[in-house]
Order: sequence, then structure tokens, then C-alpha cells
Amino acid sequence: MNAPSTLMEKDRTATAKERLVVIGNGMAGCRAVEEMLARDPARFDVTIFGAEPRVNYNRIMLSPVLAGEKAYEDIIINGAGWYADNAIKLVSGDPVVAIDRASHTVVSQSGRVEPYDRLLIATGSDPFILPVPGHNLPGVVTFRDLDDVSKMLAAADRGGCAVVIGGGLLGLEAAHGLSLRGMKVTVVHLMPTLMERQLDEAAGYLLKTELERRGQMIVTGGDTAEIFSHDGHVAGVRLKDGREFAADIVVMAVGIRPASGLAKAAGLEVDRGIIVNDHMVTSDPAVMAVGECVQHRGACYGLVAPLWEMCRALADAACEKPSGYEGSVTSTKLKVSGIDLFSAGDFSGGEGAEDIVMRDAARGVYKRVVVKDNRLIGAVLYGDTADGNWYFDLLKKGADISGIREALIFGQAFASGGALLDPNAAVAALSDDAEICGCNGVTKARVIETIAAGACSLDAVRSGCKASASCGSCTGLVESLLTLTLGGEVQSGPKTLCKCTSFTHDDVRRLILEKNLRAIPNVMQELHWTTPDGCSSCRPALNYYLLCAWPGEYEDDQKSRFVNERLHANIQKDGTYSVVPRMWGGLTNPRELRAIADVVEKYNAPMVKVTGGQRLDIFGIKKEDLPAVWADLNAAGMVSGHAYGKSLRTVKTCVGSEWCRFGTQDSTGLGVKIERMTWGSWMPHKFKIAVSGCPRNCAEATIKDFGIVCVESGYELHVGGNGGIKVRATDLLCKVATEQEAMDVCAAFIQLYREQAHYLERTAPWIERVGLDHVKAGLFDDPGSVQRLAARFHHSQTYCQDDPWAERAGGKYAELHQHLAEVRPLTMEPQAMETVR
Amino acid sequence: MIGEWLDIGKVEQIAPGTARTLPVRGADEIAVFRTQNNEFYALVNKCPHKQGPLSQGIIHGNVVTCPLHSWNISLQTGEALGEDKGCVPSIPMRVDAGRMYLLRSAVVGQKAA
Ligand code: SRM
Ligand SMILES: Cc1cc2nc3c(=O)[nH]c(=O)nc-3n(C[C@H](O)[C@H](O)[C@H](O)COP(=O)(O)OP(=O)(O)OC[C@H]3O[C@@H](n4cnc5c(N)ncnc54)[C@H](O)[C@@H]3O)c2cc1C
Ligand code: SF4
Ligand code: FES
Repeated sequence: MNAPSTLMEKDRTATAKERLVVIGNGMAGCRAVEEMLARDPARFDVTIFGAEPRVNYNRIMLSPVLAGEKAYEDIIINGAGWYADNAIKLVSGDPVVAIDRASHTVVSQSGRVEPYDRLLIATGSDPFILPVPGHNLPGVVTFRDLDDVSKMLAAADRGGCAVVIGGGLLGLEAAHGLSLRGMKVTVVHLMPTLMERQLDEAAGYLLKTELERRGQMIVTGGDTAEIFSHDGHVAGVRLKDGREFAADIVVMAVGIRPASGLAKAAGLEVDRGIIVNDHMVTSDPAVMAVGECVQHRGACYGLVAPLWEMCRALADAACEKPSGYEGSVTSTKLKVSGIDLFSAGDFSGGEGAEDIVMRDAARGVYKRVVVKDNRLIGAVLYGDTADGNWYFDLLKKGADISGIREALIFGQAFASGGALLDPNAAVAALSDDAEICGCNGVTKARVIETIAAGACSLDAVRSGCKASASCGSCTGLVESLLTLTLGGEVQSGPKTLCKCTSFTHDDVRRLILEKNLRAIPNVMQELHWTTPDGCSSCRPALNYYLLCAWPGEYEDDQKSRFVNERLHANIQKDGTYSVVPRMWGGLTNPRELRAIADVVEKYNAPMVKVTGGQRLDIFGIKKEDLPAVWADLNAAGMVSGHAYGKSLRTVKTCVGSEWCRFGTQDSTGLGVKIERMTWGSWMPHKFKIAVSGCPRNCAEATIKDFGIVCVESGYELHVGGNGGIKVRATDLLCKVATEQEAMDVCAAFIQLYREQAHYLERTAPWIERVGLDHVKAGLFDDPGSVQRLAARFHHSQTYCQDDPWAERAGGKYAELHQHLAEVRPLTMEPQAMETVR
Repeated sequence: MIGEWLDIGKVEQIAPGTARTLPVRGADEIAVFRTQNNEFYALVNKCPHKQGPLSQGIIHGNVVTCPLHSWNISLQTGEALGEDKGCVPSIPMRVDAGRMYLLRSAVVGQKAA
């Protein structure tokens, strides 16, 4: 076997050549052969076995073939001539079924036995098939080779619907092709974000929106339960949540597995893939392996770039100039025409990592680069990928970027411009008639004029000449102009919502409506958030603003809620929870009291207490027990008291005219009615109401957000009280004659507060900020206002008055209440440990 | 190799941007986090401030905000960020073929101070 290498090149005879057998006529196998031939054309006598009945073609171009942009002929890499010219024997359409390492032979399906001196395994991957019922029905296909494409094209010719299971690179390319071929396509993806391994939430959201705009239906968070059939052919896909999607063809694109079965059966060392060393040699020195079927230093790859590097190392070693392969950093591009998307490296951040984000909503661009220790470690680009290769290059080289850091996000042209390293300098270099604000057509000269005329802050510029007053994408430019024109005298504007944005609460609320923004990632993109997924201040605020803006349509984002609202109970210092059921207007009865007593005993609650809000609080409940506690309370007719929420808390009442010798009206009854009207509503902050039966005011109505004091002639309505950290007595809003008017004004006032206040601003500071006159004007200047505001409040209430406890007791979000698993060490020896689900 | 690593189940059990808990008999409960970016981290479920359950905080980037007094804790190192000082033990974790693994010795060995 090592004899030939001692011979002179010209002396080699055909019989002295090493016999190289290659299993797999795909991209890596053929490339490896090409590389070896280039180094030493006389060394090997080559035989290639291919399972597919054809020559080697460019597999990654199957997507353009499916989409109709390329034909099979265009994507052939090695035509019949190549095999002939290099005297390579191609055995196609006949897969190898066994390797006999003892006798150095392989056996093919047709029974052909081929001896080898050196064997190269390049069998690629097999598509993973979800083992759901119906997975082997006719009409269920994978996306791996030309035959799969032919099946899809045949189905597309017949028209109808396609369901693609898997929203990764392959699935989306299949969906794109089928949809261009005229099928109605639904993509079912298990994760909440498309291509979650390559994209962050923001880019995934943009991609989803674009695909939906193109008519595909994208179902994220969809877990396939079954593929069902009609007359023996696939008819549709059913999800675990019961949803069904009709399908004439189902494409399964949920992942790939290294095709390592043959190697394993031959006794080679195999983990996920065939284990190879840095020279692509397996545990048997006569057997090499390359491509997607291998596992190198723990990693398996599913892209071509690493294969080229592997083939280079393999050929070097096989031709006795070993160089070694050290693993690859990969980058991804999606081949869907019109969608530019690039991702590379690690964009998860981590300690010491800094995100630089740039969003240009008008152009639909999102760019994010992650920098750590002055090196670029990751990049996600959507909408403008021109600089993808440049970033990837910096990343692979580990180049020191400290010199170009400020300009890095603007791309190569900008960052290498030497003099333009400083973004301010770049703005200074713009001509006077350069357009700064595209929305309002404001030039640089006009902005400078406005600043010169006395506008010293972003806000002043906005109101002075409208620059940056609409979409805000030019905010950075305007700020640069302020700095350039005024030097250090720029005044910081009103407080921004948080450090992730340059917009204020009011801006954000206004723009959500103006620009019809309907999801958190949507707001972050359109309003140029500087962080990829916000922070613990802006996420809850945006969630509330969207909920308030789009009642019934916006889907609440649980992970943007503070723990109390996520678990519908109050967290305590020891991590347990307290449970406060509603007691309407402070009234209760034996049935409720019994249910509470039973819960206290059954779950060993260490304490039960009367709250300052006229109801009972049960303490010390574990998160796992909450659903059961709620089920028991529900059974007695009790619902959540929202003691945990930025929402209506309590309506305190006094006994009133029913019993009290001074009572002027039925304050208890009115309190109950008001609580029935307002419970469940989400607010900027907590909201408390009280109704007192006379001016003695036993329900303390004049320190509540909305307080009613009953008098002989009707009802005095008070607003903006607060008994908390800073005590504030209410302002008198108005006096009305009837209960109904009192309730209408209450609903209208709440809605005005809901629509206008900043998140985490209670009514007292809100009124201090905007003034009582503003509130009065909003309610009373226009005769229809109260009714219109109240109608909006009642509309949003139709979506809120479902008891959240009942939903949880019924099993919704069960994972929030259950442990992932439990670890019980058998002894404290780490080896003897078992996990119990 | 797998022997050193404790299999704690499929990645799908934790939705992106959320966390779940893993009680350990004889040692501290562990919080397992999954970020929006699908990075996985495990920390002892006790805030270095006053033992708040970090699993119940809001997760943003690679940081969790404690539900009790809003300290920000790095998921990667367990270190308190910003002005706050303190550190909670982190448990080496890896994900392989859709399953999550914790370093066995760290699961039993850990104990928050
Ligand atoms: C349970 C209760 C104390 C009691 O045992 O009586 C209570 C308990 C808490 N209050 Fe309160 N407040 C309770 C009535 C009050 C009252 C009295 C009232 O509502 O008439 C006030 C003054 C009135 C007011 O709000 O204007 C009150 C003013 C506060 C404040 C200060 C609010 C302010 O605007 O300044 C806070 C802090 C905050 O919200 O940020 C607060 C915060 C809290 C928190 C949520 C502290 C926290 O963040 O963990 C406590 C939750 C304990 C728990 O887990 O249940 N609690 N709190 C009362 C529950 C009422 C209920 O049935 O829902
Ligand atoms: C639709 C599609 C789009 C893609 N897009 C991209 C992209 O944009 N960018 C990118 O980098 N990568 C892309 N890829 C991945 C890329 O094609 C693969 O990484 C690459 O083809 C792997 O090369 P390989 O030689 O290891 O496997 P393959 O190219 O699959 O070759 C393996 C060959 O071995 C044959 N074989 C298997 N077992 C046997 C046997 N027992 N006997 C004989 N023959 C056998 C197979 O039939 C196959 O022909 C895409 C893949 C697909 C399917
Ligand atoms: S007064 Fe302070 S200690 Fe008492 S319940 Fe309210 S927040 Fe807690
Ligand atoms: S316990 Fe976590 S911040 Fe106080």
C-alpha cells in the first residue's frame, strides 16, 4: 500500500496505483476527488458509487431549480466528461450496502464487490422525518435531492395547497419555490421565530412579515400531531392544538442527520456523525470520510463552506502533505429572491459583549453586529446584506476593530473611509441640500437654520422644522447636526421611554397608532430600538401600549410581563405567592369564606389576612400549587382579585344607605356594580376605586384613583387620589345626579387614563403632569366624549373579563407552574444520579 | 462523555425568552434559561441580593432582571451587573441534538453562599 509512493511518478503503472473507492457521488465526495487529482493525478485509481442515478450536481441550487430560476443542466458540477477524462469509474444508481474492512471491499445493492486500498465515505445526510402518524403517506416528501424536487414539481403542476413542516433554511426555500409555482403554501414551524438558529427575534419577525405579505401563511409555535389522509393520499396536517391545514403535498424539512449508518455497521467509530481526525481519517487508517456525514472535533456541519476546507485537508493528507483541518465558522444566507438575509457567528452576546444595532424602517433594514473584546463575534443582517462578507471576514480573522468601532455598523464603505470614522464628521461632510428627513422632506440646511434660530434640543428641532418628527429614522442625523452646530450646548429632551430608544412614552404611543404597529418586534424595528429585544423597562410598557391600542387583536406577550402578572399572584420574599380572590365591593358570604378556609387548610397556607383593600389574602402558596388553589376558589364562584396587576385592584365601599343611619345612597351596591364593570382591565398602573355613602367618607374615597362620595342630591366624583408613598387627596371632577352617570364618567375617565398616561404612572402623578383642566377638557369639552370614551372602555373589557385563574386552572401555560424535571441524587456521588420527570 | 452530563430533556420544554426550574434534592434549585436568541444557561435559582427566584424574572438579551428588587444578573456568569455587587453560581450547560445537558458534578456540587 505504501509502495507506490516510493516509485517515481513516471514509473507508476495502473496496477501500482492505489485503488480509491468513494461512497457518495455528491458535493464533498467529488470535490475531494478533484482536490486529490489536482495534487497528484497519477496516484489513485478512482471508483465512485452514487445512490442517485446521475452525475454530481450542485445540491444547494435545487432551491433555484424548484423556484424555476435554474434547470438541472445548469447546476451540474461534474458532467460525464469529467469522469471519462480522469478515468473515474462511476457506479450510479447503485448504493453501497456494506463495507468489509477485513477484506478491504465494499458491496453494492446490485451485488457488485469492489476492492479498495483506500476508502472515502461521503454519504452526506439524511433528512429527518418526524415520526408522526401519516409520515409515510404518498405525498409526504423531503427536500434533499433532484427526485424530491421532481415530486414537488409534479404536485405543483396539479395545483392546490402545500404544507411545509419546518421554518428553517430548507423549509423556507421549499415554501418559496412552491409558492412561485402557484401553490397555496403554509409553513408550520415549531419555534416562535423562523430560522431561530440563525436569526434573532427582530430579524425573524421581519422575515415572517415579508413572507406573509407574499401570501404564505406562517404558523409559528405549531407542533405537528398528525398527517392525515384521504383515499390513501395525504390530505392535510393537524397540529397538537387542534388546528388543521389542508395539503396536497407535505414537505418535511425539520432537519438533517449525518448518514453514518453504513460506517457504524462497519464498526467505525460513530457518534452523531462518523468521527474523523484533523486529516479526515476515521478510526480505521484506511478509511477517510468527508462532508456532512462526519463529526469533527464534536461538530457536524450542514453547509458547503466547511466541506471545501475539509476536502482541502483530506487531499493534502492523502497526498502526503498533511495540513490539517481545524473546524469552520459558518455563515448563512437565505436563497429566496428579494429577501436579503445574512447571519454569522455568535450573536447571543454574553458577558462583555456589546450589541450595535441599526434599523432603517423606511428601507426595511435591520442590522446587528456583536462586538466583544474589540473583535466582531457575530452579525445578523436583514434587508441589506451588502456588508455580510466583510463582517464575516472580520469575524473569521478575529480582526481588531477598535479603530473602526463607531462606524462599524454603517458598513465597509463608511468604516474604511478614514476621515469618516466619526459619524458626526460624516454628517458634516453632507452637502447643504442633502435630505435629512425623508418623511418630511427636510434638508440639512433647513435643520441647521432651525437650530441657529434657537432650537437647542431634538424636540425643538422636531417642532421647528418637522425633521425626525415622523418615523424618527433620521434622529441620529439630527442629533449629529445639533452637536455640530451647538457644540456642547445640546439640551437633552424629555425623558425617553428607556435607554433602548430615543422616543418618549408619548411618541411611542402616538406612533403605534399612526404607523399601525401591532407587535413588540414591529415597534422596535419601526422605531429604531437600539437593543435587539429591549429591556425589563420597555418590554412591559410596549406590551401594555399595544394591548391598549388594539383590544382583542393584540396577543399578550407573557414573557414581557412582570412575574406577578405572568403568574397571576403576588411573589413574596421567599419566592412563594399570595392569592387574593375578588370580594366584590368588600362583600362576602359563607360559601366564599368556607372555600377560603378550606384552601388555607388544604395547602397549609401559613397565614391568611384581611388586606387594606377589604378582602382576604392567602399567603405562602407554591407556584406548582397555584392552579389547584384557583380551581378550588373558582368552584366557590370566586375569581382573581388582580392584587398583582397594573389593573383595577379593589372597589372599597362602606355600608351606605342600606344600614347606616347617615347613608345617603346605596354605596355598597354602586361599588359592586362598578367593580363588575371595571374588573380585569389592564391599566398603566394599579387603579383603585372607592364609594362612600356620605361625606364622612368611611371608604376613604378621596385618596383613590377614582372616588365617589354620595350626597343627598347625587354623587360627587373625585379623581387622582393616592394614599401611598406620597399622599395626595383627590380633585373634584364633577357632580352627577344618577348612578348611571357616575358609572359612565368612571368608565370614560379610566379610558382617558388608559390611553394617555405613561406606563407606571398612577393617576395622581399623571394629573399633576397634565393638569386637571386637561382631564376635564378631554371628558367634557365635547358633549359626546364621555360616551365615546366609555364605549371604547367597554369594548376592550369584552376581551378582559375572563377570569385568568380559570384559564390556568384549566391547564393554560401549565409550564409556568411546573418544574422542568427533578434531580434526585441516589447518593451524593455524582455518578449515581437519576433524573425523574 | 455523556456520563458527565445530566440529560434534563428536550429544548422545546423551554420557550425562548423564558426560564424553568429544576429542583435538586440535597442542593439548591437550578434555574434553566433560554434567551430570545436560543442560548441556554443555568444558574442557581437564587439572586445574590436576597435570594429572589431568578427563574421568575424578565429575560432580555443575556440578562435576567430579578423579580424581587430588579437587580440585573448576567446569565453567563451569574454576576450582578451595574452598581450591584454579588454573584450566583452558574452551572455549565450544553445543548446537543435538541437535548439539554448540565454538568453533573456542578448540579450536586453547587450551593449558593
Ligand atoms: C396586601 C396589602 C397589604 C395588606 O395586607 O393589607 C398590600 C400589599 C402590597 N402593597 Fe399595597 N397593599 C395593600 C393595600 C394598599 C393600600 C390601601 C388601599 O388600597 O386602600 C395602599 C395605599 C392606597 C394607594 O394605593 O394609594 C397601598 C399602597 C401601596 C404602594 C404605594 C403606591 C403609591 O402609589 O404610592 C405600593 C408600591 C407600588 O405600588 O409601587 C404598594 C405595594 C404593595 C405590594 C404589592 C408590595 C410588592 O410590590 O410586593 C404588597 C404586595 C403584598 C402581597 O403579596 O399581597 N402598596 N397598598 C393590601 C392589598 C389590598 C388588596 O386587597 O388588594
Ligand atoms: C435544497 C438544499 C439547499 C441548500 N442550500 C444550501 C446553501 O444555500 N448553502 C450551503 O452552504 N449549503 C446548502 N445546502 C447544503 C449542501 O447542499 C450540503 O451541505 C452539501 O451538499 C453536503 O455535501 P455532501 O457531499 O456531504 O452530501 P451530498 O451532497 O448530499 O452528497 C452525498 C451523496 O451520497 C449519496 N449516498 C448516500 N449514501 C450512499 C450510499 N450508501 N452509497 C452511495 N451513495 C450514497 C447520496 O445520494 C448523495 O448523492 C443545501 C441543501 C439542500 C438540500
Ligand atoms: S406597607 Fe410595605 S411592607 Fe406593608 S404590605 Fe405594603 S409594601 Fe409590603
Ligand atoms: S433578591 Fe434579587 S434583587 Fe433583591
